[in-house]
Amino acid sequence: MTQDLLLRYLIWPLVKFLVAFIIVQVIVAAMNWVERRLLGLMQARLGPNRVGREFGIPWGLAQIVADPIKFILKEDIVPSSSEKVAYFLGPMLPLIPAFLVFCLIPYGPPPTFVVTHVNVGLLLILALTSTGVYGIILGGWASNNKYSLMGGLRSAAQMVSYEVPFGLSIVGVLMLCGSFDLVHIINYQADHIWNLFPQLIAAFIFLVAMNAENNRTPFDLPEAESELVAGYHTEYSAMKFAFFMLAEYSSMMVNCCLMVSLFFGGWTMAINGYGLTTGVLRGMGLLGGILGALIFITKVMVFMLMYIWFRATFPRFRFDQLMDLGWKWMIPLALANIAVTAIVVLLGDQFDFQGEVVLSIAGAAIIVFTLILLLRPRAKVTHARRVSEA
Amino acid sequence: MFDVHEMEVNFGPQHPSTHGVLRVILRIDGERIIDAKPIIGYLHRGTEKLFEAMSYPMCIPHTDRMDYVASATNNLGFVETVEKLMGITKQIPKRAQLMRVMLSELQRISSHLLWLATHAIDIGAMTPFFYCFREREQVLDLFEEYCGARLTLNCMRIGGMPDDLPPGWLDGVEKFVDKFEDAVDEYESLLTNNRIWKKRTVGIGVISPEDAIDWGITGPPLRGSGVEWDLRRAQPYECYPELKFEIPIGKNGDTYDRYLVRMEEMRQSNWILKQCIPLVKKTPAGDIKAKISRVVRPPEGEVYHSIESPKGELGYYIISDGKSQSAYRCHVRPPSFVNLQALPAMAKGHLVSDLVALIGTIDIVLGEVDR
Repeated sequence: MTQDLLLRYLIWPLVKFLVAFIIVQVIVAAMNWVERRLLGLMQARLGPNRVGREFGIPWGLAQIVADPIKFILKEDIVPSSSEKVAYFLGPMLPLIPAFLVFCLIPYGPPPTFVVTHVNVGLLLILALTSTGVYGIILGGWASNNKYSLMGGLRSAAQMVSYEVPFGLSIVGVLMLCGSFDLVHIINYQADHIWNLFPQLIAAFIFLVAMNAENNRTPFDLPEAESELVAGYHTEYSAMKFAFFMLAEYSSMMVNCCLMVSLFFGGWTMAINGYGLTTGVLRGMGLLGGILGALIFITKVMVFMLMYIWFRATFPRFRFDQLMDLGWKWMIPLALANIAVTAIVVLLGDQFDFQGEVVLSIAGAAIIVFTLILLLRPRAKVTHARRVSEA
Repeated sequence: MFDVHEMEVNFGPQHPSTHGVLRVILRIDGERIIDAKPIIGYLHRGTEKLFEAMSYPMCIPHTDRMDYVASATNNLGFVETVEKLMGITKQIPKRAQLMRVMLSELQRISSHLLWLATHAIDIGAMTPFFYCFREREQVLDLFEEYCGARLTLNCMRIGGMPDDLPPGWLDGVEKFVDKFEDAVDEYESLLTNNRIWKKRTVGIGVISPEDAIDWGITGPPLRGSGVEWDLRRAQPYECYPELKFEIPIGKNGDTYDRYLVRMEEMRQSNWILKQCIPLVKKTPAGDIKAKISRVVRPPEGEVYHSIESPKGELGYYIISDGKSQSAYRCHVRPPSFVNLQALPAMAKGHLVSDLVALIGTIDIVLGEVDR
């Protein structure tokens, strides 16, 4: 009996967590290479394409291994005037929540592909990810460097500000699905429609807020290399710096997983109960599970690539503009979204129609309208006024 | 209630976005700049004093090192000043004049490309940096084909040009010129109508036309404030009067207008190059030097001559004692140095992020500021 419990609640989750953790960390390490190659592709250059050529490894793929080796071998410099304990804690604190969260994310149809099935999983994930900022503040302050301090402060203000729209944008989804359980939310989407459509505005806010949460362009102010040299990690070198990077990429991954689970149907590929729902995938046995996990990873990768695409496209916001965007646009928009969703759902209950369908049609209309706006011929580029030549 | 105190930050001399070794002592309240004090001199090499110990032709390579991203215009300014002192400006053959114009317009394009690249990456847009360097590379290739150097060209001589154009060079220019217009469109598609780019540049660092004139600001920052002043038109030199081009000017005098002005200037330089190609083909090959003595010994006197460098009015003031082969005194009026003095006034009240945009928009080269 005890053995059974031990197996069920300790050994199995641990094994599953390790497998998921290793796969995710390999993807995270590979993302560094993917990002550099993809940026190279977008920016008319090559990116890292050399490492590993001697051993017959193509496209510089050995860069994935070479980078960590370099980080481990580099000298670990501790500034003499730093606050030692906080300086050491700085890079480690963001890692813990970033790693822990991976045991709460459902990668495929339960129970096999879910590490721990927690019925308030979403709440727990939000609580954990929001603690990641402590390490950055602590690291920025402990470095005893003015640029680091400013980076840490910016990061604190930014994360606190964007935590609000981040959380508020999820409320609409919760109202539709009626659960904090990610598995339930995903199943609900498979049985109805991707939450993207009824919660389009929420999805948009979530996308913006997750960029801001991860300090990625155009919200990369905490590390803005042209202003603050390297922001909060200016004084960090070697593996400590790598920890910051690892935490950043891990939490990018977490946010992408959340995005996919909340708005894009997670591991399912179904509308209104038709297609690859959890039931269908489970019926296919282990193969179905792997297929579901693959679908999930593919969707996540799309959003990871989106991060890179953003980085290649956008200039950086200024600090006050970032705050304006967060407090004056994102939060009111999120609140309005909650109000509209609540009213439509309530009216639907009252007058016996499906509020979600109405919202979906509205969302689809907005998507079509936006596409038309984007694809229409662009306005002519403004030129400087010219003085006619003499 | 709270203990409010200012923070003092040393912005530079080693900082990724001070474009060299500029040091700005910032007094900031949070992120807001109370006072910005530029400290210069980290790249001072005493070029002006060196000129006094060298014969005039020996000075030309040293002018390269001042504005090291626009060496052709530096050469042009010095060479023309000495020619003016000797009174041989009229004797320069047409072909040499056209070659000088072409080189300095190519240089203007390459300098503006470097400005756009660094300005954009300072504001956080990463991609234009690489696109600009792609085209700049082609300009540098053209320079290399002509004189063997890519950065410090040393490509002009007193009384003419060192070498005739290598065969096929004009075709290379033609190929570049045809494509360059599209390249500028590409940069603009990334930035000009970008909401974030506009947020970061519109209304930042406004200089009124009166202030700009009072400070002696020249070049694109002056034209961005709406003052129509381009030395190529106002005090024509070489064969600029024969060439058609327009002078772009801004309205508000902010960072965005200066950006638009420089973008348009690149197009105009491209147009000038287009006109030059058939004109050069008409001139006899090899006719690139005025018939003057090999020993440059200008008569006694002093002269100030200035040209429109990519960054503004580049002036040389030379005094000759009429006896020696070197200048008695040579003073350089570098546009970057004069434009830089507007920085504290522009930066006051803005945020730290804006300082980076402002340093970019003035387009300084510290080699020229410190000489």
